[in-house]
Amino acid sequence: MSLRRTIPLISVVAAGVVALVSFASPSLFGQARAPSGTQLPATYRAPRAADGHPDLNGIWQALVTANWNLEDHEAQPGPHPELSGAYAAGPAGQSIVEGGEIPYRPEALAKRNANFQNRLKVDVSSDKTWHALGDPEMKCYLPGVPRATYMPFPFQIVQGTSPYILFAYEFTSATRIVRMDWKQEAPTDSWMGWSRGRWEGDTLVIDVTGQREETWFDRAGNYHSDMLRVVERYTPASPYHLMYEATIEDPKVFTRPWKIRFPLYRRMETNVQLLEFKCVPFTEELLFGKFRKQAAR
Amino acid sequence: MRHPLLSTITGLVVVVVVALVIPASGQAPKPGPAARTAKTYTAPKTPWGDPDLQGVWNDATSTPLQRPANIGEKGVLNDEEAEEFQASLAHELTRDRRDGGNAADVNRAYNEHWMDARRLKITADKRTSLIVDPVDGRIPVLTTIPPDRQKIRASRAEAAKRFAAGLPDDYTDMSWPVRCVVRTDVPPYLPTIYNNNFQIFQSPGYVTIGPEMIHSARIIPVDGRPHLHKNLRQWLGDTRGRWEGSTLVVETTNFRLDEGVLFQNANPATFKITERFTRVAPDSINYEFTVEDPTTWTRPWTALIPWNKVDPDEQMFEYACHEDNFDIVHFLTGARLREQKGER
Repeated sequence: MSLRRTIPLISVVAAGVVALVSFASPSLFGQARAPSGTQLPATYRAPRAADGHPDLNGIWQALVTANWNLEDHEAQPGPHPELSGAYAAGPAGQSIVEGGEIPYRPEALAKRNANFQNRLKVDVSSDKTWHALGDPEMKCYLPGVPRATYMPFPFQIVQGTSPYILFAYEFTSATRIVRMDWKQEAPTDSWMGWSRGRWEGDTLVIDVTGQREETWFDRAGNYHSDMLRVVERYTPASPYHLMYEATIEDPKVFTRPWKIRFPLYRRMETNVQLLEFKCVPFTEELLFGKFRKQAAR
Repeated sequence: MRHPLLSTITGLVVVVVVALVIPASGQAPKPGPAARTAKTYTAPKTPWGDPDLQGVWNDATSTPLQRPANIGEKGVLNDEEAEEFQASLAHELTRDRRDGGNAADVNRAYNEHWMDARRLKITADKRTSLIVDPVDGRIPVLTTIPPDRQKIRASRAEAAKRFAAGLPDDYTDMSWPVRCVVRTDVPPYLPTIYNNNFQIFQSPGYVTIGPEMIHSARIIPVDGRPHLHKNLRQWLGDTRGRWEGSTLVVETTNFRLDEGVLFQNANPATFKITERFTRVAPDSINYEFTVEDPTTWTRPWTALIPWNKVDPDEQMFEYACHEDNFDIVHFLTGARLREQKGER
């Protein structure tokens, strides 16, 4: 078939697809198409895993820029443009918060802003104030939930038949064990929290409590207290997408519960695997360099 | 629990012991790994047909890696000997003793509660060493280390000496475990004083081992895919598994070249490890590893460590090592203060 004859044929097929989509969209794609992006099909039914529930196994990654700021943010220079030029600069992004803004209590908003001002400072000379300054990500701390989900690194879900589902994150080799239909409360606080899961239809719902208060939500200083409770919802939306939603509750810091929502994308490379981002060696000089023996006394 | 210091001290003791007891061993013929695997039990299968290794397992034991010199040549003890061996090891290992004077006794007993009580018992098969090959139960003699590696080793030894004396120059004088970069999550998995739990998860095409020590999940593809290209190296290497009957056979390559990550400072460029996991009873896995490194040991050697199933009520909990690693600053500020006082 010559190229000349192929082109019109493709056009006809393409036109047919467009027509089909237009007619079929209410049932096939759920909502009418939003002007800003493509809606995922609302009626998708995921393949079942061995436990009879939707199969969430795979390597997933968010593409939002919420790790810089959950709320709307413009592109920004890196912390030391005089050293690194455009290298460490941050991308612009739209808020993933429902309604756009996080409902802070007034005094808490001031602390958020102070966090941002102090995000690059570190002082570990005293155990008591060890965690007072600096973005925990910069210090290579376990990121907590939900931040682990939208950091610019993949994570893997390991779902078998046991009452445990493992979430393994590339960032600092963080892991969390999701205990299904589990009654016991968190024995004590931890950096990645205490995750208890249940299925609501095809949605994996995870109730995360017992998180250490020192983690942040992003590089903009958005934060929480030891009262944090996060309820996550993972819903298969296509063979290649999970819709992620988290409700965040913390009466010490926020005036009401609030939600974030974004899709997770399946990593499709045929040889994809989680690699290591063991960042402790990348932050030791910042944390501990000043305690080094000085060369000449 | 967060006690990097104490595990380090144990680490140092192990290194010292290993250094002292390097044997002049006669090489014995190697019994095949299969010969040591129980054949009467068949592990349950997952719905997708793989042997089911899931659960939380604990590898603590007092049985030493190498056969102690005073035990003679006996590889397996009778009941009476085993009782005596266990009692004497437990006496050495426990902190809960009353023979050091009040201050020492209180300090030691205070630390016992966070250590793994399972580490005070020898293996159920009453062996005198975890090493099963060579048959003398000892790590084979070291090869002649080339001068460049000797130089690096000597410099690491100097750093370790400064650290042990309480006078580290810098955080780089501390070992990777003290710095919470890697600990006993690097294979081979060896028992230590705490955090001896491993949770195994399985899904189609994968076996995943979550060690309690640090939190690096070792996600092992068992679908026959090739290793990472040799240019891409990792702290925990790159792991591939396959099933041989009911045994999970795991090979790990691509270790980073940093000094001091691998057991006995083996050479990452030539180090090879094969691990074999066989469920031999509902509550027991035989964990067997063979390491070889022609630039470190004169021959490969193999150890067998039983993994015992933990009561499901006993959950594995997060071990965040780096986040509150106050020790590093204490060591360094302490060293600077001692220098000011003229102690060095």
